[in-house]
Amino acid sequence: MFPEQITLELGKYVNDFIYWLNNNYGMVFDVICNGVRWLLLNIEWMLLLMPWWFLIALVFILGWRLKSLLSGVVFAVMLFIIGAFGLWEPTMSTLAIVLTAVFFSLLIGIPLGIYMSSRDSVALVLKPILDAMQTLPSFVYLIPAVILFNMGKVPGVFATMIYALPPIIRLTNLGLRRVSQEMVEAAQSFGSSSWQLLFRIKLPQALPTIMTGVNQTTMMALAMVVIAAMIGAGGIGHVVVTSINRIDIAGGTESGLAVVFLAIIIDRLTQGLGDRFNANLS
Amino acid sequence: MTTKLQTENLTKVFGRPSKQVWRMLKEGVAKDEILKRTGCTVGVNNVSFKVNKGEVFVIMGLSGSGKSTLIRCLNLLTKPTAGKVFVDGENILEYSREELRRLRQNKMAMVFQHFGLFTHMSVQNNVEYGLAVKGIPREEREKKAQQALEAVGLGGWQDMLPGQLSGGMQQRVGLARALANDPDILLMDEPFSSLDPLIRRDMQMELLELQDRLQKTIVFITHDINEAFKMGDRVAVMKDGIIEQTGTPEEILANPASDYIRDFVQDVDRSRVLQAKDIMFTPDALLSRKSGLKMAIREMQLHGISSVFVIGSGRKLLGLITIDDAVSALKDNKTVDDILKDDYFTTGPEIYVNELIPLAKDTRYPIAVVDENERLLGIIVRASVISAFVG
Repeated sequence: MFPEQITLELGKYVNDFIYWLNNNYGMVFDVICNGVRWLLLNIEWMLLLMPWWFLIALVFILGWRLKSLLSGVVFAVMLFIIGAFGLWEPTMSTLAIVLTAVFFSLLIGIPLGIYMSSRDSVALVLKPILDAMQTLPSFVYLIPAVILFNMGKVPGVFATMIYALPPIIRLTNLGLRRVSQEMVEAAQSFGSSSWQLLFRIKLPQALPTIMTGVNQTTMMALAMVVIAAMIGAGGIGHVVVTSINRIDIAGGTESGLAVVFLAIIIDRLTQGLGDRFNANLS
Repeated sequence: MTTKLQTENLTKVFGRPSKQVWRMLKEGVAKDEILKRTGCTVGVNNVSFKVNKGEVFVIMGLSGSGKSTLIRCLNLLTKPTAGKVFVDGENILEYSREELRRLRQNKMAMVFQHFGLFTHMSVQNNVEYGLAVKGIPREEREKKAQQALEAVGLGGWQDMLPGQLSGGMQQRVGLARALANDPDILLMDEPFSSLDPLIRRDMQMELLELQDRLQKTIVFITHDINEAFKMGDRVAVMKDGIIEQTGTPEEILANPASDYIRDFVQDVDRSRVLQAKDIMFTPDALLSRKSGLKMAIREMQLHGISSVFVIGSGRKLLGLITIDDAVSALKDNKTVDDILKDDYFTTGPEIYVNELIPLAKDTRYPIAVVDENERLLGIIVRASVISAFVG
């Protein structure tokens, strides 16, 4: 057995740190919380304001334009089935949380990825953190999120973000680092400033990879948003969680399928968008 | 001749050079030995040269000789570890970041081995890039880009993406992009190395023609000694980061400075380097139209030759007479004009020797080298054509 005298109470320190943050900077978190909630509620309000057939039509057109006519039809049918399950409203609520989480993830993740690609030292520090963010059991994020932002949708967005951030940071970094050295040299040899180099050459070149990151981030967010229902984020996740508690096979099947359908629609649409950019480059 | 570009003791060491490295460099320790003992790679070692305005200066070396590092030190894409780079007499290593940008925008442009084209932009936008970076207004940009594209023979291709063009055309875009900025200095890093041989030859000729018109100062990198001698007004041969010899192609061919260069020069197909004017000589005997047949026969006998060229006023070439014809003509009371032959070959002074081979094979007479006004500059005998190959 491991000697009992040797103990490391890391958990306790993290606990103290989170409470210290909450006690001293509670105001800051309240402000952030309000901002996030404002965006979230507006997105949800807009999604629910749209008539159901309008949204289905929108998905059809996007699927048709970005992928193929058949895809458009399949996506529309999937969304229709979700409605038929009686899960329209929770699905819109889930979609709102995903969109909000993805929005903030991109807002933070892309600049961080750019910074990471510009300095090896930053990459060295950031990499293990990103690894940890993705491998730590996702439930663990829920606890500090609750303490800092209480129960509800906003901590749901934050827990989702922590899980969804790494892919966009990683892939932005990767995409920028993989831009052909000669192309970068060419841009520099004409006297480009670092901004011109970044915005005219590097970002457009890295766009397909960054779009893959957007896709991955969205999928991660969708995966996490179900778990976030445990702290009251609501949405389809809430239906899933209640089905588990009640051992309700019918409810579980329908809500589970709704998540799958939503995932397929979002994944294929963002992928189609990414392919668009890719086609422009080859 | 004014010096446009100059380097002084330029040195680039990759890795963090310790005092030990500097000492070893000073002692002339070999590059491999320095790498083994210190872990530092010497790219460029104490290189000094001058490039004159309007000159094509070729840096030739095999891979790993440091030539690509050297050319990148000239516009500071690679920061030299030590030494100076002068452009128009100013040490650009002392430039601020802003001054360096202005130098790159206005005075220097670079052409890359794999073209370095921006694949997400149209050909037009690629060519405009250097101007856009400078903040030139759109209309002027478009006009200049069009001119540059037309100069390289790519008018009408502006809306394509680089990926849709062949290698040769892509490099034309690369060249147009560099020319659009109207730089004084063109840095060309193995611009034709990734093209197939036929296209490479076309591009070489086109660049030489462009250069005739534009008179840029060009630093040209290559690993191909034939290309080096063809393109270069002067050639610097590089090995292990050091310039072993600098000189005109003829100087290097005639006097290779080291065994290494001698080995190289042996690979040279001299016939592609040497031109008619390099192997022609002034004929021992020449006949003026006014001189009589007796004079002609005596001249030929005196020099032991069987034919002689006849020239008129201003060395204008009129024809050739043979000794047999002259002897029989003398008996028949004919004149020089009556027996003038014209079944010999003439050539221009800038024709490469390899093009003279078929002529030399088919003629019994020397080949006459004439300028555009038909004035005789010299003659070439078969033996000099052959010996141009053997060296």
